[in-house]
Amino acid sequence: MSDVSLTVNGKRVSGSAEDRTLLVHFLREHLGLTGTHVGCDTSQCGACVVHVDGRAVKSCTMLAVQASGSTIVTIEGLADGAELHPVQAAFKEHHGLQCGFCTPGMIMTATDMIARHPEGLDEATVRAELEGNICRCTGYHNIVKAILAASETMAKGAKGKAKQAA
Amino acid sequence: MGIEGVGARVARKEDKRFITGGGRYVDDMVVPGMKHAVFVRSPHAHAQIKKIDVKKAQAMPGVVGVLTGKELKADGIGNLICGWMIHSKDGTPMKMGAWSPLAVDKVRYVGDAVVIVVADTKGQARDAAEAVEITYKELKAVVEATKAIQPGAPQVHAEAENNLIFDWELGDGKATDAAIKSAAHVTRMKIVNNRLVPNAMEPRAALGHYDKAEDHYTCWTTSQNPHVARLVMSAFYNVAPENKLRVIAPDVGGGFGSKIYIYPEEIVCLWASKKTGVPVKWVADRTESFLADAHGRDHVSTVEMAFDKDNRITGLKVDTIANIGAYMSLFSSCVPTYLYATLLSGQYNIPAIHANVRAVYTNTAPVDAYRGAGRPEATYVLERMMETAARELGVSPAELRRRNFITSFPHQTPVIMAYDAGDYNASLDAAMKAADYAGFTRRKADAAKRGKLRGIGMSCYIEACGLAPSSAVGSLGAGVGLWESAEVRVNAVGTIEVLTGSHSHGQGHETTFAQLVTQRFGVPIDSVSIVHGDTDKVQMGMGTYGSRSGAVGMSAIVKALDKVEAKAKKIAAHLLEADEGDIVIENGEVKVAGTDKSLPWFQVALASYTAHNLPAGMEPGLKETAFYDPSNFTFPAGCYICEVEIDPETGLTEIIQFVAADDFGNIINPMIVEGQVHGGIAQGVGQALLEGAHYDASGQLLTASYMDYTMPRAGDLPSFKVSTSNTPCPGNPLGVKGCGEAGAIGSPPAVINAITDALGVVDIPMPASPATVWATIRATKH
Repeated sequence: MSDVSLTVNGKRVSGSAEDRTLLVHFLREHLGLTGTHVGCDTSQCGACVVHVDGRAVKSCTMLAVQASGSTIVTIEGLADGAELHPVQAAFKEHHGLQCGFCTPGMIMTATDMIARHPEGLDEATVRAELEGNICRCTGYHNIVKAILAASETMAKGAKGKAKQAA
Repeated sequence: MGIEGVGARVARKEDKRFITGGGRYVDDMVVPGMKHAVFVRSPHAHAQIKKIDVKKAQAMPGVVGVLTGKELKADGIGNLICGWMIHSKDGTPMKMGAWSPLAVDKVRYVGDAVVIVVADTKGQARDAAEAVEITYKELKAVVEATKAIQPGAPQVHAEAENNLIFDWELGDGKATDAAIKSAAHVTRMKIVNNRLVPNAMEPRAALGHYDKAEDHYTCWTTSQNPHVARLVMSAFYNVAPENKLRVIAPDVGGGFGSKIYIYPEEIVCLWASKKTGVPVKWVADRTESFLADAHGRDHVSTVEMAFDKDNRITGLKVDTIANIGAYMSLFSSCVPTYLYATLLSGQYNIPAIHANVRAVYTNTAPVDAYRGAGRPEATYVLERMMETAARELGVSPAELRRRNFITSFPHQTPVIMAYDAGDYNASLDAAMKAADYAGFTRRKADAAKRGKLRGIGMSCYIEACGLAPSSAVGSLGAGVGLWESAEVRVNAVGTIEVLTGSHSHGQGHETTFAQLVTQRFGVPIDSVSIVHGDTDKVQMGMGTYGSRSGAVGMSAIVKALDKVEAKAKKIAAHLLEADEGDIVIENGEVKVAGTDKSLPWFQVALASYTAHNLPAGMEPGLKETAFYDPSNFTFPAGCYICEVEIDPETGLTEIIQFVAADDFGNIINPMIVEGQVHGGIAQGVGQALLEGAHYDASGQLLTASYMDYTMPRAGDLPSFKVSTSNTPCPGNPLGVKGCGEAGAIGSPPAVINAITDALGVVDIPMPASPATVWATIRATKH
């Protein structure tokens, strides 16, 4: 057993887990954060993507002890209180989800993708960047649409903020 | 239509929980005292079980129970059933072997469940499962259906000689043979429909909880039809009587058919919960899903299509061998028969059709319905034949199809179906226009200059949704009725709950169904809740599959709404001292037409429950129930066009454009319908280009993970061009047809027609992977 201390969605948490416990299982079973899903055993599907120290990580590829000391954001921590994150809002507006199982991983990947492309995104880039996330329901059509729309909304928001600051 | 009524693109009510991590799937459920199960599965495709030794496993840390099939049988748990009886053409019933939830004497495919291990943690259960010692005597296995019916092939079940479950036919053999004999042209092909794994993103799971004090069971399960699960587990598997068994299918992460069936795991978890005295949860890992979820398709067909001198089809003869796998899954027998051969007329006037289907056991995972279930196989046969025939006859694929289209309705086909409405020219025209079909020659020439091979292919599909009516399917061998139920419960404050027997696992029922209520009473959509997926809440239901929730499930809601509306009008007429016939309900108000007299909706609801002033003899309350049994199938149809560009150096196929023009009848929420089409196309393109379940000759599944089985990813697909041109269905009150499976049905032949067009070959096997395309190009060159 090992001690694990993390900051998850802004809160300090600690616990002890078997050495072989994966981060995804620690989040789901020890912290009750069941929004992060397990869809495969080979780190292919991306349903378990969370942010570890600001970067998108498949939480099934990492041991909980490895993550100790990190700051983690899961799908439960993305919205600002009652206000949805622009990516969440775009997934709803553009029907970017059906059964909802891959959705948390998709949204966490998308927010990371948008952050890494301040210059903006195009369809080909979004499709290439979604390589690590599988969806069986949507044919990706509306997921791509939602990510492009969110990217634009966030760029406008950033410009607005920059103007305000000036 | 209003902004939230019928026809509006209402954003989904259910989305908030999914986008904030608040979805509740079976694996998210925690019950106090809950333990975790792991199944020990057969590593062999075919073997006798000589000995099972669980002693070591029982002594492992955290282990609560290690249970075998012998103990299960001793407790009287029944074998799994197949819910549709098919008779061979000689009149004998299908020859079905036993499927025990835990194998007792023999294992018949890799993944067959043998032992359940229950422990405090999943890790401990896994460790203990490793310590279970099973001695097998390996037997020779057979994995291909065409080989399994050869004399001397390994025998999967003693009951089915030469592994032949049934040899069934439909249509007029003599007339078809005569048409072929006298034809001006006959097109002949061998057509293979590849085996697929459905791959809902949420793996199957079950949580069984036996409450000793109440002698009552609860089963949380990843099911598309919880009431059917309860019925079958109660009536056939002897788990518990229905009143002592609650089945809950909460949020379910996709189904595509694979979660219709009642599998061994949920039965065993319930039984094991009683046996061990603790709640038992099992969640499949992905490899388990590949091994033990029901697979789809796997047909080999020999087909002849006869034409007269005017290129009109005069006959179609189809001989199909269907791989059923090692056991007969719940609906496995109706998929290659009544869901397949009945659709072989397609969109065409065909005077004579004969289909012969042999269903065959093999040492592979059970095969059952997967998105489309029989209709994709029929469409693939027909639309590959039409394409090949057009090339042989030297006419354009569109022209050959147009010449043979059915244009007047109703139309009785020679294979049972009576089409009620459609306009096949309209969808073909719409698709060709959207694809700029006329400009293809120029685009092909441009591609050739760049050293690329362009091809274009079309597919005109028809399908049948809302399997019905119950009396008809009963006469064809179905073990169940195929109606749907609904209850509309108006609360005293005017908010409304709709309890439905349909089950949503991605289809957006919580929104679409609520739109019907909003349309009817003009109440805000947020004041309407859709309740589904729990046998303790919803009276009864047949669930969601075969694109039936629109045509059947919503029709039941409409019937219940009719009753509520009638009663509300009676109450309002009484309160407003008006004639019942003059009452109208709109925008949340109940009015007397042509006057300024009105009541807010909630006051009528409240009046029904206070019951202070109701018409004489009226029962209090405003809650109505309805069952709806359709009079016929519905017949969605459409035209899909795919344009591809192939790199001859690598064999890589790029889909340049994919156009879908569908006829779904009336549409309640176009946004959701488009989403269904997108997803269906992705699965159909997946089948054509990427996906294939492969067993080696010894019966080992070679494609048992996402590293081996190619799932369509975002980069494999384009954005789709979808549209609809609709003819309302005359058979149900909403005029709807169904849209859930069309994409998966119509797209594979469009893709393969495009690839064979680009390569100038007659056929290419699915999936047309880069390696297959490259090899085909090389073989053609030499």
